[in-house]
Amino acid sequence: MIVEEITVRAQIREYIGQNLTKFDDEANFSDSDNIFQLGVVNSLFAMKLLNFIETNFQIKLDDDDIEIVNFSTIDNMIGLIAKKRS
Amino acid sequence: MKDIVSQQNIVAEAKKFTDQEIRPFAADFEANESLPRDLIKKIAQKGYLGAIIPEEYGGLGLDQLHYGLLTEEIGKGCSSTRALLTVHTSLVGESLLCWGNKSQKEKWLPLMASGEKIAAFALTEPEVGTDAGNIQTNYRQEGDRFILNGNKKWTSFGDIADIFLVLASNNGKPTAFLVEREFAGVKTTRMTGLMAGKAAHIAEIEFNNVEVPAENIIGKIGNGFTYIANTALDCGRYSIAWAGVAIAQAALEEMVTYSRRRTQFGQKIVKFQMIREMIADATTQIKAARALCLNAAHLRMEKSEDAIIETCIAKYFASKVAFKVATDAVQIHGGNGCYNKYPVERLFRESKILEIIEGTSQIQKEIIASYGARKYYRPQ
Repeated sequence: MIVEEITVRAQIREYIGQNLTKFDDEANFSDSDNIFQLGVVNSLFAMKLLNFIETNFQIKLDDDDIEIVNFSTIDNMIGLIAKKRS
Repeated sequence: MKDIVSQQNIVAEAKKFTDQEIRPFAADFEANESLPRDLIKKIAQKGYLGAIIPEEYGGLGLDQLHYGLLTEEIGKGCSSTRALLTVHTSLVGESLLCWGNKSQKEKWLPLMASGEKIAAFALTEPEVGTDAGNIQTNYRQEGDRFILNGNKKWTSFGDIADIFLVLASNNGKPTAFLVEREFAGVKTTRMTGLMAGKAAHIAEIEFNNVEVPAENIIGKIGNGFTYIANTALDCGRYSIAWAGVAIAQAALEEMVTYSRRRTQFGQKIVKFQMIREMIADATTQIKAARALCLNAAHLRMEKSEDAIIETCIAKYFASKVAFKVATDAVQIHGGNGCYNKYPVERLFRESKILEIIEGTSQIQKEIIASYGARKYYRPQ
């Protein structure tokens, strides 16, 4: 895993951590867990997430990118960011 | 975007328009359980139905702040009239603006801004209110068409709308459709016997094998709740926050005017300390509610990530203030406050609705509590 991806992964995890609807000790999730299905964030967070990803990783999301599956796990977000940057 | 002075002038004009065309007739609208078509036409001609729609689509191009101020002016005159802006312009217009594709925006936004097409938002169902993610209205795909079946309820302006932004689901993939009234299988039934919103043409809608072309899907399949409905409700909450300020302000003006004219025990009741306490509380709380709305407006204009939560806070507080001030206004009016010849009787009923629509106060508090419990935790 390259250093940049580790950094992006950490930034996303930190951002999710700032927006948890559960307390930290109740919100264990892996990078492949669906954060919405687990209920660690609410659906309003999905809208914030779009803004966060565009702003922090300097990418422009197209209509086709905006599917909940692209933002439901950290792995999927990493994949989307990598795709947009390639 | 228009310059600030032009926008201020539009808000000032809206105040005059409301004072002349809306406020004096609000009780009649209720009695007739209808907003006259002629009034809707005048509102459209003023551009208010496209108040926040960009000028390129025929709207006024107001920013969030001035749209909020305009909503307050109209809301002070008549809640049902303000509701037209909330559903047509905020819930549907802003959602289309945000999630519609180029051709959808070019087709529908000018028609909405001009008032040629009235839009309504159809999310709530007979058995699904707050639990909006569990909607029962369903769709199935057949080629490039989608077949909708189900029922919606409490749809403001559903009785007269030409287009409906409808949320329907299929195997956990909620999707937003723009359904045209003229599509076969759409039936609306006016709801009567309501406590408030009597002139807001609230209706039940039945979709019976309604064929909707793929081009009428807003956003992507499966995005209906997470993105489109959440956008609509966020915009709706912003509108309702200002509606709360509007009702509270109108109720304050009524309570002050009445208490300065009403004489008991040989003096104007405004002289009594307990009346003065209610006026003081109302004045203070309205200023606080308006400050929250203004804060939300600026955050929305900055596209701040805090805009959503601050809008929730503004909506929760402003609707609570509206109910409290309207309740006190009735109290100050005594028996007259329970009589529909006095506007406070209507304001009291209308204020209660704001604590329910676009997310109940209980749901707002859940969201705000989660935010507060995280943000204000002091780690040891």
